[in-house]
Order: sequence, then structure tokens, then C-alpha cells
Amino acid sequence: MNLALRDIRHNLGRFLLTCLGLGLLLGVALAMVGIYRGLVDEALSLARGLQADLWVVEAGSRGPFAEASRIPGDVREAVARLSGVVAAGSLTFQTVEARHAGGPGSDAAPTEDVVRERGGEAGRPRIGAVLRLQVVGHEPGRPGGPPGLVAGRGIGRGRLEMVADRSSGLPLGAMVEMAGTRFRVVGLTARTVSTGGDPLAWITLRDAQELQFRLSPPAARRAQAGGGGGQPQDTVNAVVARLSPNARAEEVASVIRRWKHFSALTAAEQENVLTRSVVERARRQIGLFTAVLLLVSAVIVALIIYTLTMDKMREIATLKLIGAPDRSIVALIMQQALMLGGIAFAGGTALLLSVKDAFPRRVLLGPEEVVGFGLLVLMICLAASLLGVRYALRIEPAQALGG
Amino acid sequence: MMPAPLVELIGIAKGFGQGEARVQALEGITLSVAPGEVVGLRGPSGSGKSTLLNLVACILEPDAGVLRLAGETVWEGGWRRRDLRALRREKIGFIFQFHNLLPFLDATDNVALALTLAGIELPEARRQARALLDHLQVGKRATAMPAKLSGGEAQRVAIARALANQPRIILADEPTAALDSERAGVVMDLLRQVAREQSAAVLVVTHDDKIFARFDRMVSLRDGRIEAAGLPAAALTAV
Repeated sequence: MNLALRDIRHNLGRFLLTCLGLGLLLGVALAMVGIYRGLVDEALSLARGLQADLWVVEAGSRGPFAEASRIPGDVREAVARLSGVVAAGSLTFQTVEARHAGGPGSDAAPTEDVVRERGGEAGRPRIGAVLRLQVVGHEPGRPGGPPGLVAGRGIGRGRLEMVADRSSGLPLGAMVEMAGTRFRVVGLTARTVSTGGDPLAWITLRDAQELQFRLSPPAARRAQAGGGGGQPQDTVNAVVARLSPNARAEEVASVIRRWKHFSALTAAEQENVLTRSVVERARRQIGLFTAVLLLVSAVIVALIIYTLTMDKMREIATLKLIGAPDRSIVALIMQQALMLGGIAFAGGTALLLSVKDAFPRRVLLGPEEVVGFGLLVLMICLAASLLGVRYALRIEPAQALGG
Repeated sequence: MMPAPLVELIGIAKGFGQGEARVQALEGITLSVAPGEVVGLRGPSGSGKSTLLNLVACILEPDAGVLRLAGETVWEGGWRRRDLRALRREKIGFIFQFHNLLPFLDATDNVALALTLAGIELPEARRQARALLDHLQVGKRATAMPAKLSGGEAQRVAIARALANQPRIILADEPTAALDSERAGVVMDLLRQVAREQSAAVLVVTHDDKIFARFDRMVSLRDGRIEAAGLPAAALTAV
């Protein structure tokens, strides 16, 4: 006879309400885990999406995502000549506030994918709306271009074209204005965002260099008056290289590190930089918040189980008096704690999975996270029930007697 | 020849507290209850009735004396048995003032629980529980939850639970306190019937003078000592 189940059935409404409250709390805690995983995934998606085996950057810099890095564009040729390098491409990165300048297809209704990736916002950005984009300047046909187009085409040799992530909401054919220059969206990618969650947009290296390094007319005049010709425009933030399958990235990197003014990072090192430094604070922040939520959940479970046990003081005393062993009483309390945690976890998880696409940034939950979190919740419930168990074991059978 | 008593207390003493704050709850209690005998235990508040009942139930440990239950010496200078809960399960049935049925089990399962604790499989325990409820004339309420039972019905179910494992000793703590005179009389008659049928010793703590006549013997306690013991009428006049 399962006393825990029978007691729950007897107070089903109260138990389900308790599960609902706890489920919401666990759902928030699980969302934090998903947000963290999404953050890391988004941070790595850029570096992984570019499919580079090696990153050549300015000496003393940890790459374009962590620190400023400026190197001459012609370094690409030197890198491409290295033994083991199959191809190399120059890249620039800059965050730009662009303006949606209309264009064909701009008024069309967005697809479900677009709505989901835009965090549930209904509709495309209005014409004239300001968009925050991470613009990648690349050399078409060389490493560093947009990965996995889901619509349209890549950028050809032509200028003033753009491939944008569809989470920007921009349709094919849309015009985007950046620093007074208009670009036409010719292709769309999916799930390519910057470490800050901004949609990526690829344009040609030359366009990007003009955007990034071109001086405004007054600044150019001042530079000329000062005797300088301004900065050389063939500057890039990094050169990425793809290696032959036989080449060892670390060996090629060590060759480049011997060059004056340059450094090199392997793909693994670049990912390490991204996860360790770029998202480290966010990771700690979310991790701490998740830990606090789990602690609060544990306290709540402990209080609920303790209160449920206190409510059953007379029943437990009666059970002891009629000869029920301690294990039956411990089982009664622990099973209720596990059922509470299990149902709340299932409810919270189901709720989160149904709304996770509405979050403005990616919430990434795989079976590993869900199962791991579930096991953690069960352990918390077991630990939290110990307070109730301790109380129950201290109840004297004599408390069943008398009025 | 008199049958051996099922409850036997010889020179039992019990005190609480230390030093000047020590209160001697029971002193030199010698009492026995024979099979089939229904003994009432009365006395004013603080006289030691509950302490005596708790001692017989092996909930409290005596300070001195000898305690024998169903022929087994349970306490003599210390507990002679390690698992007192098993002892209660096997030998003692309890009836409470407010029935103490588990509110989340129906009448049948409240009775069946006592049987499952003794190792009987649930289907068989339920079968025996229903038979017992029929015997106590509450079979029609077998599936009712305790909250839906009347006071008399609930107390019958509680008696069924106490009798489920056919204990040789039945301890009742004011079993009629929550009942009217008529139902109190029915419950006492039932206890007398059970005592006869199962040759059980029944020890009842009560304040209810309306049921005194239904006891074989009354024991009156005052200040932790037996003040009077004998037929109910004698006890009534003595206290």
C-alpha cells in the first residue's frame, strides 16, 4: 500500500498547486541553463561557422572577438603560402547600426522560422527600422564566407551585396543602409549570430573596409592638413586559414607566431577564448543565478515537505504506535518529495520547451541538460526531504494518544 | 485454575525530571489483566493513567519493576526486546479517543494497513479487513473515507484496525469520549465481545462514568498509586 500516493490523492488539489508553483520556479532555473547553453552556442557559432582551422591576428591580441586586432590585408598571401595551408581569407568584423531601407519583398509576411528566430516578434522590421548587425567583411570564394545559405545566393564579385542571418528579419531583396551606403540582401543564413546575439551580415571585404576605415570628409580633411594620408584601407581584423587534413594546426601556428607583429590561434584556442573570456562573465552571472534559484527551490521543497510532515504528525504517531517501521515512514516522506520534484520538473520542463522559442536569445536545451537537471532536482528533493524525515523520526508514538 | 494474565505489572515505578523538579508519575503499581477481562482505569488528571497506558504500550520505559505482556517479560531492569514496534504490532491493539484513522485511506484500507504491516499481502489484507468490518457491522461503509464516517462508525473502524492482527492485548484511551451515551455503550459492548471471543485482555482509560458498569473491574489511580481496585460499583464509591 503506497501511503505517499494515497495521501497525495487525498489532497490532490493542494499538491498539484504546490507542483505548479515549484514547476514554474524549476522552469526558470532550467531556462537559465538553456540560456547559458544558448549563449555559449551562439558565441561559438560564429567561429565554428567560418570553418577556420587557424586565425592569424595582431601580435599580443587574442583575436578579433576578444580584443582589437588590426593587420595588413596582404598577410593573407603570406599565410596562404605556408606549408599545410589550403586556403586563406581576410576578414573584418564590426558592429553596425543599419537601417532597413525597403526593397522588394519587404512587405511580405515573415515565415514561421523568421518569427521564431526573432523571438516571436510578429512581422519583419519596418522600413526605416534600425537594425543592429555584426558585419563580417570577407573575400568571396575564400574562407570566412557565410556558412549554409538557407535562401538566395552568396555574394558574387559584385559589390554592395549582403548575406544576412534570417533572424534579422530581412527578406531577400531588402535594402539595408549602412553609413550612407545601401546594400541589397541576396542570401540568408540561419542561426549565425555574434557573441552578443546580433545577427551576422556578410559583405565583401572591400565594402567592409570602406565602412570600417573610411574617414568622414571632415576627418579626411584634417588628416590631410596634418600631413598624413589617413590610414591605409587594406587593413583587416584577422586572416583565417583552412589547413590540409595532414597539417597540424599547432605547428602552422607556431611558424606564424615567429613572425614579427603577428600571432596565431588554432580553432580550439579561438573557441577557448570565446568561451573563457567573451562569455565568462555571463556564464558566471547565469551560473550564480541558477545556483540561487536551485537553492531557493531546495529551501521551498524542504519547507513544503516539512509542512506536509507536520500536518501528518498525528498520522505518523499513529503509524508508529500500530507498529509501522521507520522505513515505511521515511518512504512516505521521501516518495512525496520525489513525486513533488518529479511532477514539478516535468511541468516546468514542458512549459519551458513550449515557450523557449519566444525568448529573444537562443535557449538551447538538449537531452543532456534536461536529464542532468532532472537528476539534480531529484537529488535536491531527496536532500530537502531530510528535514521532514528528521522531524518524522522524532515524533513520539505517544503523540497519537490523548486529545 | 486461573489463566495466566496477559498484562502484568509488578512494582512498576516511573518518574519524570531531575532533582527537585522530579515528578513521580507512578509508584509501586502492581496490576494484572487476565484473558477475556475488560478493566477500566480511572482517576483525576495527573493521576498517572496515561503514563500507565504508555508503559503497557511500551512507549515509555519504566524506572523499576517488571512488565510482562502475553507471558513475555518485556521490561525488567531494562528492555528485554529490541524491536518494541514489532512487539506492539504483534501483541497490542490500540483504540484512540478520536479514532485516529488515517484520513487518506478508506475504512477498508485503514484496517488492511495494520495487516500489511504484519506482512500480509494487500489483496488478502483487504479481504480480511472487509470481513472484520462486516463483523463489526460497518461493512456497508467499507469504501468510505474517515471524514465521511459518523463518530460511531469511525470508532468501529478503529476497533477493527485494533483487532486486525488478533492482538492478545487491547489498549484503549478514552474510546467513548467523543461518542454519545448510546454509541458509547455499543462500543463498550463490542470491546467486551472481542475480549470474550479472542480471549484478549482489554485495558481502558476512561472518565466516562456512564460506561463503568460495563467493565469487569475498575482500577482507580490517584497521585501515581492505585487507590482502589475492584468491581465497578466499588470503585465508583471509593473515589
